[in-house]
Amino acid sequence: MSTPLERGVETLKAQVDARVESYFSSCTGCGVCAEACLFYLESGDPRYTPIYKTEPLRKVWKNEHTVWGKLAAGMGLSKPITENDLSDWEELVYDGCSMCSRCSMVCPVGIDIAYLIRKVKEGLAAAGFVPEGLQIAGERALQFGSPMGLTEKSLRNAIAALEKEEGVSIPIDVEGAEYLCMLSSAEVVMYSEYITALSKIFSAAGISWTLSSKYFEATNTGVQKGDSGLARQLLERLVDVATELKIKTLISPECGHAYTTFRWDGPNILGREFPFKVVHILELLDQLRADGKLKISGSFDERLTYHDPCNICRRGGVLAQPRHLLNQFAPNFVEMDECGEMNWCCGGGGGVSSNERAEPLRLKVFDIKKRQLDALNVSTLVTSCSNCRTMLEEGLEHNEMEDIEVIGLTELLADHLE
Amino acid sequence: MFEQLVDGILWDIALVVFFVGIIWRIIDVLRRGKRQDLSVPRNSGVPGAIMANIRGFFPRREIAPRVRMKVIAGYMFHVGLLILLFFAAPHIKFIEEHITGFGWTAMPYWAFLVSAQVAFAGLILLWIHRLLHPVTQLISRRDDHIGAILVFLVMLTGCMALAEISSELRVFHRFTVELLMIYFPFSALMHAIMFVPSRAYSGAMFGRRGVDL
Repeated sequence: MSTPLERGVETLKAQVDARVESYFSSCTGCGVCAEACLFYLESGDPRYTPIYKTEPLRKVWKNEHTVWGKLAAGMGLSKPITENDLSDWEELVYDGCSMCSRCSMVCPVGIDIAYLIRKVKEGLAAAGFVPEGLQIAGERALQFGSPMGLTEKSLRNAIAALEKEEGVSIPIDVEGAEYLCMLSSAEVVMYSEYITALSKIFSAAGISWTLSSKYFEATNTGVQKGDSGLARQLLERLVDVATELKIKTLISPECGHAYTTFRWDGPNILGREFPFKVVHILELLDQLRADGKLKISGSFDERLTYHDPCNICRRGGVLAQPRHLLNQFAPNFVEMDECGEMNWCCGGGGGVSSNERAEPLRLKVFDIKKRQLDALNVSTLVTSCSNCRTMLEEGLEHNEMEDIEVIGLTELLADHLE
Repeated sequence: MFEQLVDGILWDIALVVFFVGIIWRIIDVLRRGKRQDLSVPRNSGVPGAIMANIRGFFPRREIAPRVRMKVIAGYMFHVGLLILLFFAAPHIKFIEEHITGFGWTAMPYWAFLVSAQVAFAGLILLWIHRLLHPVTQLISRRDDHIGAILVFLVMLTGCMALAEISSELRVFHRFTVELLMIYFPFSALMHAIMFVPSRAYSGAMFGRRGVDL
């Protein structure tokens, strides 16, 4: 029977692959990654240097895979990882990193630091060093399918209310529909206008779609927590539901990490290809636009800007589509100084938003977004991730900037349909 | 005795350790393997891997002002060192006699002095930065300092040896080179080679997703 610490160390050992080996062998400790990290730049604390957050994994790599490490271990001189190490790094990794990958874009030797941090999380999670908020979210996801504890009944009630209030039709569990729309719990509870928008747009474009009552949640707490086992279980449920409904394409909602999970990491976590295609909602909308199936009417004349969710743009590759769409109806769309693949994170990605302990730090690092917005003097901030949206709203409220309205792109687009 | 050792067996050992060590490190990375990516790519990863290796030589516009000193000092050191290594007359002569069997045109003495000064200035600037900046202070390892000291010693003894005042200086230079060659494959100095697969892995991953690293 191994201890949690032993499980954590063994899990870290199992994370070392060719990429990890080449990354650690290349690192010169130049510190350039720090200059791209909002947590370091806004706090000034060098412990938030991205590559420093990977230290537990580097230590394991050094002890197990380098000549000096093996020599030191043979002579009894190596320093093993302790519970204190894991406890310290739990705070650095879960509170002080939103997995935004900006550091990965600037490393002179090409280290994908976010990839390494994801692996550190696996070790921390295996040893039980996970913030309480994420731990609880993971348990709820396993029990109810949703990290917020939403059930099938909650979904059905929310949909019934929307159909009644908005006069729209929202299909559930339609077998043979072309598209299965996933939702984040936030879209059911807080931003249900997204669901209404889907209904309006798909109706106008003649799209065959459905929601699933059995498994609608796009958020994967296993990925945020760094628990591949949990991530795999949640993905298995999704594949089962999609197979049962015989859908052809899964639509990832306005949620950043859901997109990278479904589109890029999911098949690798599951160990097999998905039996369906995956598109982000913005990819589909842009395709409908290009095919002439989205007729836009009128314009949104307010001065607005677009916040790129890190997992959708930098780690997802959906960069041009939101701009194509906004340019259809927003003549006063302006870009932030650093946008697209080099955008600044909202501060709440990677599970930081589920971690109450991290809130003061998260609000502090929002200053970078505040400065970007101050420079533009916009009245509307558009985004395409419900988590970003919440973080932006909270950040704006904290900085008394509520005069800027935050809105989802799908919803804004639906308001300008012919 | 020391001269014989340095010019003889120690050189042979250094040469073998250097090349075998490097090859072993590269094989060690490759044999560890990388799981096949099961996601459906948006683009091929190959152009991404190639472009990441090229673009990695230039800092991104967004952070360039914040890393200007590091970049300039880094280029001063690396370019100066490479010029010294391949265009200093004694090095060309040595390579011709011991490795290739042919030589090429050496740079003039004044260019050697300029290159050496540029390389020294770059190395010293980087080292001071490493010692003084809170971030590099925190993340620098013993290995980083040993590597920097060894390279510094090699350059210093090389400049001293160039004056050809005594053969001892040449022997001492060659001795420090041999130490560096033995240390190289097991140290962070391996970044000089491993940056290529590192950039390639990341470039391919981002490239598959349609993002330019």
